Amino acid sequence: MSDTAWTGIPKSSEAARNAAFAVEMSGVEKRFGATRALRGLDLAVPAGTVCGLLGPNGAGKTTAVRVLATLVAPDRGAARVAGHDVAREPDAVRRSIGLAGQHAAVDEGLTGRDNLHLLGRLHRLGGRGARDRAEELLDRFGLTGAADRLVRTYSGGMRRRLDLVASLVTAPPVLFLDEPTTGLDPRSRRQIWDAVQELAEAGTTVLLTTQYLEEADRLADTVVVIDHGAAIATGPPERLKESIGTRVSVTLADAGQLGRAAVVLSALAGNGDVAVDQDERTVEVVSRPGVKVLLPKLVRELDAVGVVAVDAAVRPPSLDDVFLALTGRVRGGGSEDSDAAATADASAERKVA
Amino acid sequence: MSAVANLAADTWSSMLRVLLHYRRSPGLLAVSLAVPVLMVVVFGYVFGSAITVPGAETGAAGATGATGAPGASGAGSVDGYREFLMPGLFAMVAVNGIMPTMVGAARDVGRGVTDRLRSMAVSRTGLLLGQTLADLLVSVVVLALLAAVGLVVGWRIRGGAADAAGAFGLLLLFRFAMTWVGLLLGLAVGKEEAAGQLVVAVFPLAMVTNAFVPTGGMPGWLAAVAEWNPMSAVVQAGRDLFGNPSAPSAAWPMQHSVPAALLWCAVLLLVCGPFAVRKFASHGT
Ligand SMILES: Nc1ncnc2c1ncn2[C@@H]1O[C@H](COP(=O)(O)OP(=O)(O)O)[C@@H](O)[C@H]1O
Ligand SMILES: [Mg+2]
Repeated sequence: MSDTAWTGIPKSSEAARNAAFAVEMSGVEKRFGATRALRGLDLAVPAGTVCGLLGPNGAGKTTAVRVLATLVAPDRGAARVAGHDVAREPDAVRRSIGLAGQHAAVDEGLTGRDNLHLLGRLHRLGGRGARDRAEELLDRFGLTGAADRLVRTYSGGMRRRLDLVASLVTAPPVLFLDEPTTGLDPRSRRQIWDAVQELAEAGTTVLLTTQYLEEADRLADTVVVIDHGAAIATGPPERLKESIGTRVSVTLADAGQLGRAAVVLSALAGNGDVAVDQDERTVEVVSRPGVKVLLPKLVRELDAVGVVAVDAAVRPPSLDDVFLALTGRVRGGGSEDSDAAATADASAERKVA
Repeated sequence: MSAVANLAADTWSSMLRVLLHYRRSPGLLAVSLAVPVLMVVVFGYVFGSAITVPGAETGAAGATGATGAPGASGAGSVDGYREFLMPGLFAMVAVNGIMPTMVGAARDVGRGVTDRLRSMAVSRTGLLLGQTLADLLVSVVVLALLAAVGLVVGWRIRGGAADAAGAFGLLLLFRFAMTWVGLLLGLAVGKEEAAGQLVVAVFPLAMVTNAFVPTGGMPGWLAAVAEWNPMSAVVQAGRDLFGNPSAPSAAWPMQHSVPAALLWCAVLLLVCGPFAVRKFASHGT
């Protein structure tokens, strides 16, 4: 585990008793048959902040959210939300939370307005109150135009947005978002991000899970990296990124220049290890933690030694890089495709040829 | 608000959800209405043209002929078959109540709707009760239409008005019980596609009964299964209460059709109701 500027996980139950935490878990364990989904997860989210639970597929993110949302009883350990114990006062917890699960849990056979209206009724706002609240939310989140269409006809992005809005009917002080943008196109993703940021600014405590480092970085005040059902690191996202370094790769026109390019990259990356691929004519390096590599500088330095690059990319760290840095191993399994898609997005944005 | 008021409010909201589905997709109701009409055509005219039923010749009780051979039936006896058939079709509508609730419950689980509802401070009983009551409301419409079609094709209520009302009440009670069976199955399965496949398994439940042919012609063991099938008790009770013809059978549920049908409904509701609520409240844990 990397020890650069990373605080340990707060183990003390003293912290867990502090009412300033809107979400707390201590030593939570949960088994499904032979699978240990959570093995002693600790979590403490101060009220009014955004916590990003970052981890690969199967890490236990959804199970953690389901425990907090009173959907699953933990085998061991305690969890409190808004000061209420999930096991002893589930209804009090339920009245304090909004949940947007991993799938858009909206009723496809109804319109967007119906969905919100019915949830308002179930939240006991009454017929009038539910209708007014639905209008207010539709308006605020730009869904009025589609309000009378069946959700079946919505795009994936609109569905997720409606799902998020559906979790806000009671304006809950604590919001759980389970992979709110997985599978979304970049534009829809940004719309969700904007909405979450707006809610956080208004004081909502948000616990969101994600497989994207970029998302955690963008939204969270604190990131908790979770692996095999336990937190392996926690801290502000800047520190997490600083502890990892950037991945730089260059493709050349002439394989004969690979050696010279390797020297330049290694120097820029603070003597990072360079990987050279003769067939692809690429050089790749991950910079030392804390060493920032800027694309213009990279291009200038290559130019100065006469190396011609046909492609150069500085890629922000991915979840894979986080895992490599924290555990010293490449993580296996999981949804490589969604990860790859996220990385592709991110690098496409920053790539200059 | 008191617990009872909360339960009532949540039940009503949950009912609204189901009813809104029908309002948003009128085709859904059209299908629900078309199915019974189709059944009258298929069973009453296609199969019915080849079936005669003992005791169904004139609608008079007590006749004890053998099951007629194909082609042996006159026009009068075909009318008799349709009168024999209608209570069977009423009960079939009730059994069909399993399917929409089963598939709907499984879909809600799969899409995360169940999780969202469970994360809210909502009465679990109210949520499920609302779904089944809404279905009951729709069933009243479907049964009424089927009865109207029945009257057109020669079915008649030959007993008293109170008995007939009792028969319709019993049919609705059976449908209500069936929707709870559907809820429990749907929640247990939890996947829409799997629930869709289970629908195939429901088919024999409706077929191995006295609804379409007398049990007398079945092999002994099959006849026993059919006679103790809950649906058969309801069908027989319908025939007895409406005063429609039925084939003789010595099996206890056939001799005491009304108590047998009520007993079956009570057992199904008392078992499936609490289990469905429990399954719902603890799903995926
Ligand atoms: N209801 C369940 N039944 C059986 N296994 C489960 C259940 N829920 C989760 N798991 C298992 O627990 C582990 C953690 O799952 P999950 O919390 O969904 O992880 P994540 O959301 O991070 O992908 C996985 O191995 C998963 O297969
Ligand atoms: Mg998950």
